[in-house]
Amino acid sequence: MGLSKDQVARYSRQLLLPQIGPRGQQRLAESSVLIVGAGGLGSPVALYLAAAGVGTLGLIDDQVVELSNLHRQLLHTAADVGRPKVDSASAQLAARNPEVRLLARLQRLTAANARELVREHDVIVDGSDNVPTRYVVNDACVMEHRPLVHGGVIEYEGQLFVVRPGQSACLRCIFPEPPEAGGALRCEEAGVLGSAAGVIGSLMAHETLKLLLGLGEPLTDRLLVFEGAAGRFRDVPVQRDPACAVCGETPSIRDVADDANACVSQRVHV
Amino acid sequence: MAVVVRIPTPLQRLTSGQSEVQCEGQTVTELLADLERRYPGIKERICDQDGKLRRFVNVFVNEEDIRFLQGDQTAVKAGDEVSIIPAIAGGALAR
Repeated sequence: MGLSKDQVARYSRQLLLPQIGPRGQQRLAESSVLIVGAGGLGSPVALYLAAAGVGTLGLIDDQVVELSNLHRQLLHTAADVGRPKVDSASAQLAARNPEVRLLARLQRLTAANARELVREHDVIVDGSDNVPTRYVVNDACVMEHRPLVHGGVIEYEGQLFVVRPGQSACLRCIFPEPPEAGGALRCEEAGVLGSAAGVIGSLMAHETLKLLLGLGEPLTDRLLVFEGAAGRFRDVPVQRDPACAVCGETPSIRDVADDANACVSQRVHV
Repeated sequence: MAVVVRIPTPLQRLTSGQSEVQCEGQTVTELLADLERRYPGIKERICDQDGKLRRFVNVFVNEEDIRFLQGDQTAVKAGDEVSIIPAIAGGALAR
């Protein structure tokens, strides 16, 4: 299937890239990406992927837009306050690129639905706002063999990495367990600068497009840390853990489960 | 010359905003003990009650994960750079 005249015009600047061209554009159009969370990270991810012509975007988020979201969650506007985020996100994305098919789900990603959702998409992008979901997404991606783009942000700092299940370090290889509830950890709002979420979210979109296009080297087995206050990136090598509970040699986690011990009150920084 | 320890943003409240501090020690364990002496309260964010490194906090010596070296007994020497990197999971982070 060739590109229409409008498509040639719309995507002309990326069609010019020799590694993309019409074939790459077609590949994007046939791709499907699941974005977990339509917040501070999900916003730039969804905007860039829709703009680039990724054919299908799945969005899952169970929250409504609050005024306190607007400083960083660029998918939503003041008029959207009180509206489900997946609705305002869909409207914004459709306005940006009507060609994109949007699968919006006003629900939470949980252990019960994670594997099925993950299975339906080519790449999973985790911009969720809480720790338990992060591990659910990771485990589901490992079990369903779907590449995962993982990112997090807090205050002025962020980090991201890509997981190719069975080939590169997963979240549990790098951070074996979620922070526990209670303990020395304080589950409170730390604050975040919107632009820091933009930096990490844009990089997550970038890594997703690379994966879809088979372009360059994916950010696997490396933890890219953005030290936003210092204005510095650090690229820290990480590796698969043979003892990893989910992707190691003898995994103890064989199905996705919600972790009741994790710190559930830590939410909404992304 | 001491070991340079890089502090993640959320723990910088305990180091008067410094992103890098100097500490002394022969091993990571000793280094963290010295860090605690200089900045009381910081160690409990990094280690559990038994003094073991929390499982969502990684320590890198010259960008090598100590879990794949000798753990908290990994040797450090003057001029080394030690980074403390906790999981940032959408804001979920030791602070």
